Amino acid sequence: MMTILGIPVQALFGQLLLGLINGAFYAMLSLGLALIFGLLNIVNFSHGALYMMGAFVAWLLLNLCGMGYWTALIVTPIVVAIFGMVIERTMLRRLYKLDHLYGLLLTFGLALIIEGVFRQLYGISGMPYAVPKELAGGWNLGFMFLPIYRGWVVGASLVLCLGSWLLIEKTKLGAYLRAATENPALVQAFGINVPVMVTLTYGFGVALAAIAGVLAAPIYSVNPQMGSNLIIVVFAVVVIGGMGSILGAVITGFMLGLVEGLTKVFYPEAASTVIFVVMAIVLMIKPAGLFGKRS
Amino acid sequence: MIMKRLLLSAAALALSAGMAQAQYSDNKVKIGVLTDLSGTYSDLAGQGSVEAAKMAVEDFGGKLNGMPIEVVSADHQNKADIASSTARKWYENEGVDAIFDLVTTAAAVAVREVSREKGKIDINSGAASTVLTNAQCSATGFHWTYDTYALAVGTGTAVVKQGGDTWFFLTADYAFGQSLQAQTERVVKANGGKVLGAVNHPFPNSDFSSFLLQAQGSGAKIIGLANAGSDTINAIKQAKEFGITQAGQKLAGLLVFISDVNSLGLDTAQGMQLTTGFYWDMDDGTRAFAKRFGARMKGKMPTMVQAGVYSSVMHYLKAVQAAKTDEGIKVADKMRELPIADFFAKNGKLRADGRMVHDMYLAEVKTPAESKGPWDYYKILRTIPADEAFQPLAESTCALVKK
Amino acid sequence: MTRLTPQTTLVVVLIALALIAPFGIYPIFLMKGLCFGLFAAAFNLLLGYVGLLSFGHAMFFGFSAYVTAHAAKEWGLTPELAILAGVATAAVLGAITGWLAIRRSGIYFAMVTLAFSQMMYFVAVQAPFTHGEDGIQGVPRGHLLGLIDLNDTMAMYYFVLAVFVAALLLIQRIVTSPFGQVLKAIRDNEPRAISLGYQVDRYKLLAFVLSAALAGLAGSLKALVFQLASLTDIHWHASGEVVLMTLLGGVGTVFGPTTGAFLVVAIQNYLSEVGSWVTIIQGGIFVICVLLFRSGMIGVLTPWLKRRGITG
Repeated sequence: MMTILGIPVQALFGQLLLGLINGAFYAMLSLGLALIFGLLNIVNFSHGALYMMGAFVAWLLLNLCGMGYWTALIVTPIVVAIFGMVIERTMLRRLYKLDHLYGLLLTFGLALIIEGVFRQLYGISGMPYAVPKELAGGWNLGFMFLPIYRGWVVGASLVLCLGSWLLIEKTKLGAYLRAATENPALVQAFGINVPVMVTLTYGFGVALAAIAGVLAAPIYSVNPQMGSNLIIVVFAVVVIGGMGSILGAVITGFMLGLVEGLTKVFYPEAASTVIFVVMAIVLMIKPAGLFGKRS
Repeated sequence: MIMKRLLLSAAALALSAGMAQAQYSDNKVKIGVLTDLSGTYSDLAGQGSVEAAKMAVEDFGGKLNGMPIEVVSADHQNKADIASSTARKWYENEGVDAIFDLVTTAAAVAVREVSREKGKIDINSGAASTVLTNAQCSATGFHWTYDTYALAVGTGTAVVKQGGDTWFFLTADYAFGQSLQAQTERVVKANGGKVLGAVNHPFPNSDFSSFLLQAQGSGAKIIGLANAGSDTINAIKQAKEFGITQAGQKLAGLLVFISDVNSLGLDTAQGMQLTTGFYWDMDDGTRAFAKRFGARMKGKMPTMVQAGVYSSVMHYLKAVQAAKTDEGIKVADKMRELPIADFFAKNGKLRADGRMVHDMYLAEVKTPAESKGPWDYYKILRTIPADEAFQPLAESTCALVKK
Repeated sequence: MTRLTPQTTLVVVLIALALIAPFGIYPIFLMKGLCFGLFAAAFNLLLGYVGLLSFGHAMFFGFSAYVTAHAAKEWGLTPELAILAGVATAAVLGAITGWLAIRRSGIYFAMVTLAFSQMMYFVAVQAPFTHGEDGIQGVPRGHLLGLIDLNDTMAMYYFVLAVFVAALLLIQRIVTSPFGQVLKAIRDNEPRAISLGYQVDRYKLLAFVLSAALAGLAGSLKALVFQLASLTDIHWHASGEVVLMTLLGGVGTVFGPTTGAFLVVAIQNYLSEVGSWVTIIQGGIFVICVLLFRSGMIGVLTPWLKRRGITG
């Protein structure tokens, strides 16, 4: 058996593939975060909690309304996005003109509240959520057994990320959004309802987090802490990628998943920390991140 | 002039408040349940432990020699410093006489230090590490329900004897996980088995796919899970997802509670073997307790930790009554004198190192077909007698054990 | 006899109250408030007066606690030497991380400090001397200067109070000195400060190191008060908590962070029995503070106090 640094090639490929799957989640979550920061200048610390809400809403839809996975994929982002838009309307709106710090603190506070409420209601052990029948089972790839569901996660996240990027960069709506946040007064003068655009943008970012939550529900334990474990990692991803850059967030997300996967093979204890080492190094060399633009 | 008056009145006010608080009444027995009310272990201990303690107090009669018995509780959030400061506050400021439950080894050791300093009793039902009856033993400290030695002996021996002689460990990277792995390794080797490898995962962790892949690559017949709570649940779920169990490898959950099985569902957990100190459906005594517990806990059945809290509180109260005092060391001596015979431990005994030795049970999780109703999860394969289950007293490094 | 201004009176009254407080209020609770109050004041030195938000201050607080705990327990140092060891470590750590971090500003500065803090957390988890999840327990309080037994709660309290007051006076001196004025100038308009010829980076670094050292002092005291050093002190939640305390109390005021610290410690103390509600309430406080009380409690009280000629 061929080995690289003592690890059989087969095992290495297996780990890289798994890293890619994790990277898909990082990419989706950091996409929403980068969108919200890039277009709204809000450091959305509640992103992890909203991701968790997505998973819980999917669970609730299944257990209270009998709605299966596929329906949940569509209904959940809408429900959580509405919740997000209400928050934007009532609270975030007042902070746009202030320092980043306040948006960060407010959303951090919201994250604590959301997490606390769910913990109070549902405990911490986690709720079971089954893999949908259509996606059960797996493929034997030779070097590893890949569950179909995980393959689906990578595919779905690629589609979502690509779709979002196209929407923001290549469509008219995206152009309006970008213009509205760059120069609200001028765009408003053209007759476009800027506040509504802003709210919709936040809602879109939140919907991305929620859909990531639904995708995560069958494979990670649906528990109130699932978001807080991820949030600082996702932040690191966004910062490394460049805080306003959507492409940067997606690419960095996948890349970091790979880096983490490799670390798990050679030095597993450091798997949670390697991302921060990378972030520190990147920030020293490229202050605005890999794809970021200096503002 | 005004300032002087201000100072004097402030001083007078504070002093009077101080005097009112300085004398606390000793005319009651106060029990503290210090547990994880909101975190990783809140389902296996948590509110259930508090209820179990209250049930014991009620069954005892609510009063002791005419004095009322009070139960207070607090959340240590699995943090050693919160546990330590809460215990200190309880002992110094609120007249608590004894502390129970104490899940999570780090918190347990912190409270053990404070209790030893104050000469107060702490009875641990929740934590796993054998350090409580070795390096950290205390004349007023007890370890009631289970420990890593019992788990290793119970599950380890049984699995190896059934043919599971090659192991790979998935270990939570902290003292509890490492101790559980070390003790299970010892048992596996002593029974003729081999350990092919191990990997440390961060604590807590949600994605086990890469670690499970390494376990699969090792070719070991058994994948030992040296972790607990949501880590164990995630590992088991993902092992199923990756077809590991279907491909022939078996999982050995070294610390699994009935609350975990409930969370996983029988479909995923079936066939798993585990060691437990208590199961609710063993005899009329356990069933009666479980039914009353369920009525207060929305139908949930008690875990061994929660049943252990009931048993330890009841024994403590009996000892206080017999000793005619609530002074720590005297009650502790009485506790060691009296035998323990309740639905939890049929012939339990407290040793010099603080270990409560009682029978343990090897259980297997039923298949969905075998289960007749909610919470009907285990079949008991074997009773592990007390002297086999726990570390021999001669091997204990506790300073209180006379050699 | 010199005239006592209202401001001095307030300070004297507060100190007098602090001297008699332990007779009425549980002293360990007071000491916890003082330690976190110092931590918040140290953090505020950087945020309020230099304008730099650090997300990694827990690394100074927590690592210093570990060093002090280890020094007192394993090396048998007397408390004042153990504390010095801790503070020195925090200062050195502050110099290294500060030198790297101050090259960035705003959110990037915050993220760099967070990254370093996470790396220190990893070190704390892996290094054998910290005992990982168990932490360093049973830390002896020892005899101060070989004479005063700090196991006596009252003696410990007065020692902590003395250190706290001294540290706060030091912060006050720093802030009102010419050095402090330059810091404020940098905070308000950095390009202008540079154009005036000030070596801005050196000032920022010195402020960072001072802030780190004082945070380390708070951590060292805490390790001795609770006789325990654990991962909680170096986790990023601790960094978040000190932000909460400072925001709640009032950024850029002398008493603000301490007030905020006492409030948060009080909430944790009195609500520890209700589990998740503490998190919800803390979150609620964040939200309300940001939306309504942006200047924090002291900030809100300041105009009221000004009208009575008390504060400056």
